Amino acid sequence: MTDFAIEFKKVVKQYDDFMLHDVSFVLPRGCIMGIIGENGAGKSTMIKLMLNLIQKEAGKITVLGCDSDRLSRSVREKIGVVFDECCFPENLKLKEIEKILKNIYQHWNSKAFKEYAATFNLPENKAVKDFSRGMKMKLSIAAALSHHAELLILDEATSGLDPVVRDEILDVFFDFIQEEKNSILISSHITSDLEKICDYITFLNNGSIIMSEAKDDILTKYVVVKGGRDELESLPQEEIIGIRKSQFGAEALIRRQAAPIGFVVEPADLEQIMLFNIRKEQ
Amino acid sequence: MKVIINNASGVPIYEQIVLQIKNQIIAGELKEGEILPSMRLLAKEQRISVITTKRAYEELEREGFIYSVVGKGSFVAPQNIELIREQHLREIEEKMREIFDLAETAGIESEELREMLYLIEEEKKTGDKGNDGFCD
Repeated sequence: MTDFAIEFKKVVKQYDDFMLHDVSFVLPRGCIMGIIGENGAGKSTMIKLMLNLIQKEAGKITVLGCDSDRLSRSVREKIGVVFDECCFPENLKLKEIEKILKNIYQHWNSKAFKEYAATFNLPENKAVKDFSRGMKMKLSIAAALSHHAELLILDEATSGLDPVVRDEILDVFFDFIQEEKNSILISSHITSDLEKICDYITFLNNGSIIMSEAKDDILTKYVVVKGGRDELESLPQEEIIGIRKSQFGAEALIRRQAAPIGFVVEPADLEQIMLFNIRKEQ
Repeated sequence: MKVIINNASGVPIYEQIVLQIKNQIIAGELKEGEILPSMRLLAKEQRISVITTKRAYEELEREGFIYSVVGKGSFVAPQNIELIREQHLREIEEKMREIFDLAETAGIESEELREMLYLIEEEKKTGDKGNDGFCD
């Protein structure tokens, strides 16, 4: 068994108006990785590539130890996928959906599915089309976790859910990860979700990876410095990641060790790190 | 075992865990041979990264406070009280050197330092018994 749940090596994907450049990163088994980036940064393209839903131009992708070009059925069964749209037939009820899934998956676990449905309070007598967005998402997650998956991939799955539902889902993820061989990859532009649960963060901007590191390392690496505009402009420019000037002052994202004395210094969160990095690019 | 994480303190989370578990071992609240929660359980309950708990346990192991058995978990190691005392003495000595260096830079006489130490000691003493309900 390899140590990585997902490995990208210099992957290139070319569209007419967009390109994924030389993307390389690893997701170690037993960990949760969050992919952050703007809309259109390439998050979904990356996920489609690892599931072999689209073809890459160059590079190598390994998923659960298998080349993504040749994912066998048994490996596919070990991947649970949740997209932002619910993809079950709209007029079916819980029981009917379970019947279909049972026939699709060789290792379907009815007991687990029923337990998740109960934990999530999914209604038995309602058709999917009458589910709320949160319920649909919980249904997708319940299904993804009920066929002995070792890798859970979620594409913008928690966007648009209320804090209570998101918190419930977070608990389920933590339970899933208690098993050391299990891993989660989750893409989102809601960085606070990822800040809570992820071990690793991969930050994608305009088709390139800006950073892919342990979350704690990223969060300790940078601080936000606030001060007057001229004061901040006098700092060594190479240490400044990004700067935002207002009429009355300025704030800058800066490497922690370069933080000057005598300024207001605050810890940076993922959102600030993302925003300042993107602003720098522009 | 009790772990309380302060997100606003600026102290890295793994260091907070290391310190708190260490203190509980030294205080005898965690006994020799006692099993610690698994890294994954601790991460789940505290809503923190497994990497963080792993780093904390590795640090505790390196310092000899716990040991791990593959497939079984992490346990409180037998503590050498003499050794811990030795470590603390070394730490105090280091801190004292820092104080002297700082005093030298600031031009503070050693007589003043001694007085300060005496005052702090007095303050601690009165602070400890200061439960008579009166403030002056």
